Amino acid sequence: MNKKSSYRLIQGNEAAAEGALAAGVSFFAGYPITPSTEIAEILADRLPANGGTFIQMEDEIGSIAAIIGASIGGRKVLTATSGPGFSLMQENLGFACLAEVPLVIVNVMRGGPSTGMPTSPSQGDVMQARWGTHGDHPIIVLSPGSVEEAFHYTVKAVNFAEKYRNPVIVLMDEIIGHMRARVSLPPTSMIERVNRVHPNMPPEWYLPYERSATGVAPMASFGDGYRHHVTGLVHDAKGFPTADPNEARNNIRGLFTKIERGFRELCLVDYEFMDDAEHAIIAYGGMVLSARSALEQLRKSGRKVGLIKLGTLWPFPRFALEQYLPQLKTILVPELNMGQIYREVLRVNAGKAVVEKLNRVNGTIITPNEIVKTVKGLIR
Amino acid sequence: MISNSELVNKYFRHNKKFPHIWCPGCGIGTILGNMLRAIDALALDKNEIAFVSGIGCTGRAPVYVDFNTLHTTHGRALPFATGLKLARPELKVLVATGDGDATAIGGNHLIHACRRNIDITTIIFNNYIYGMTGGQYSPTTPHGDKASTCKLGNIERPFNISQLVEAAGATFVGRTTSYHTLQLQNIIKKAIMHKGFSVVEVITHCPTTYGRINKKGSAVDMLKWQKEVAVDKSRADKMDPKELEGKIITGILMEKQLPEFCEQYDTIIEKAQSLKNNQQGKSK
Repeated sequence: MNKKSSYRLIQGNEAAAEGALAAGVSFFAGYPITPSTEIAEILADRLPANGGTFIQMEDEIGSIAAIIGASIGGRKVLTATSGPGFSLMQENLGFACLAEVPLVIVNVMRGGPSTGMPTSPSQGDVMQARWGTHGDHPIIVLSPGSVEEAFHYTVKAVNFAEKYRNPVIVLMDEIIGHMRARVSLPPTSMIERVNRVHPNMPPEWYLPYERSATGVAPMASFGDGYRHHVTGLVHDAKGFPTADPNEARNNIRGLFTKIERGFRELCLVDYEFMDDAEHAIIAYGGMVLSARSALEQLRKSGRKVGLIKLGTLWPFPRFALEQYLPQLKTILVPELNMGQIYREVLRVNAGKAVVEKLNRVNGTIITPNEIVKTVKGLIR
Repeated sequence: MISNSELVNKYFRHNKKFPHIWCPGCGIGTILGNMLRAIDALALDKNEIAFVSGIGCTGRAPVYVDFNTLHTTHGRALPFATGLKLARPELKVLVATGDGDATAIGGNHLIHACRRNIDITTIIFNNYIYGMTGGQYSPTTPHGDKASTCKLGNIERPFNISQLVEAAGATFVGRTTSYHTLQLQNIIKKAIMHKGFSVVEVITHCPTTYGRINKKGSAVDMLKWQKEVAVDKSRADKMDPKELEGKIITGILMEKQLPEFCEQYDTIIEKAQSLKNNQQGKSK
């Protein structure tokens, strides 16, 4: 097998589709929506050629329902969408959280609300990704900051979903989704693939929601002889609906515990020039590109500025910021929304540094020069 | 035929807390029981049956029985079942859904599942009402009848579910009532054996909500009504439309063979793979 990486000129959506295949996704159900449609088109071609399955459903409600069904059947599953479709998926996203069904949603964000600006970049779905479905629930949200990361983060998303039996959202913006870049794709043999833990006890002993020491219960596939019940009702360890306060507490608390235990592993963060930084830019997704370019200019002019690049948005990697708070005077959070991660930064900062936001919601990006200007203004 | 105690021992979950949630006199248990008798008569392996439902009184059916059971969200049983069936085509997938679940909130999924002709058997428990929420009118509540959200009479016209699914492309449509238990078993058996998307509409009764507000009497009275209005298709074919007014035609209403979705997708996989192999051969 070829051990060398291959270089290709591809867009972020294509990289996400390649990542899905590399991670072992064998089932995709989706509905066309700009600016994510390329992912569906590519997987419609590639999945059957690899023995996998693609189906175009009647809407996004059906799309996520179908991948949940397929995941319960034992497949690694993924769907791709944008804001309006993501809104439609929220109902069954909650089902997957509660029933602990591994799945990945790639949401290539467009300007919103509503039909919004279908072909323009935005980062307006950060809070929807966190709290879009009703009720208290844990969620894992990754945000690739380059075309190459769209590949790697999709692989990671599939692996996290399988390991934690939890939905994972790849929150990509249209900048990354449609940008073309020369990227190196590692050969399949070099890709780490994580599979969900299957039960190894006799079927009559199997309790589908009895958590192991990792906080995650082994998951049997339908048809494997472990006949069990899966429901969107709060349930006991057997999977049966319950109204018992203790069992209900164990169910919901357990969802959070498994994510808390994996917190460090789940938090993807990169730091650039942070060692001596007195001023930080916190960026994610397409804004990383502008921030990085601004950072170069600012460093050249002697300003002690660093970049905290958030790869994981939820659970929010609070330690990434906390460890630098003693040395930071100012923090700038450029976002293509009205300040969704800004509020998280404010919360973690707890009054220590001066936190400023830089927002844009008109379908255009924030340029490096604007960041440079804002940071210079803050420093002064 | 399997005795009731054998049926209970073989198919009901031993580790599930009973009693069930259904009201005294409810028709759902009769339909579930006869579904189990049909499965038993076909000697299907319990491991190979997936039983999927949506929300409502009918949605609670799977939890009691010892199959691979999936209780989904309101109206969405069919797309869940579609994904499951495509992922595991060897499974026999059965869906239990009520009139509101199937034709109101899940109406879009229902017609598209029919159109795809995927090999799933859908049993629609039609009791003309949203029972679990206390008796609101559904898409099958007869015109003029009462419900808690139309106390002065329903001004909407009801769906004829069997006609709806036939028009949408289902390749097997059967209808019966919870009174006609032998016919019910028989139709479910044939629906399960049918290759393609099969729908069994079962007219049943909700004595607690629909029955009470519309003064339909007891559960027994409602069953008697089902007996009286049902006309077997063989007899109905010879009757003129006037005689059939207010009647419900029962039996296998339609059955045809068309290419099944999973089998067709297998041919797509074959084509895609041979295309890929050809391209790889050329590039070498």
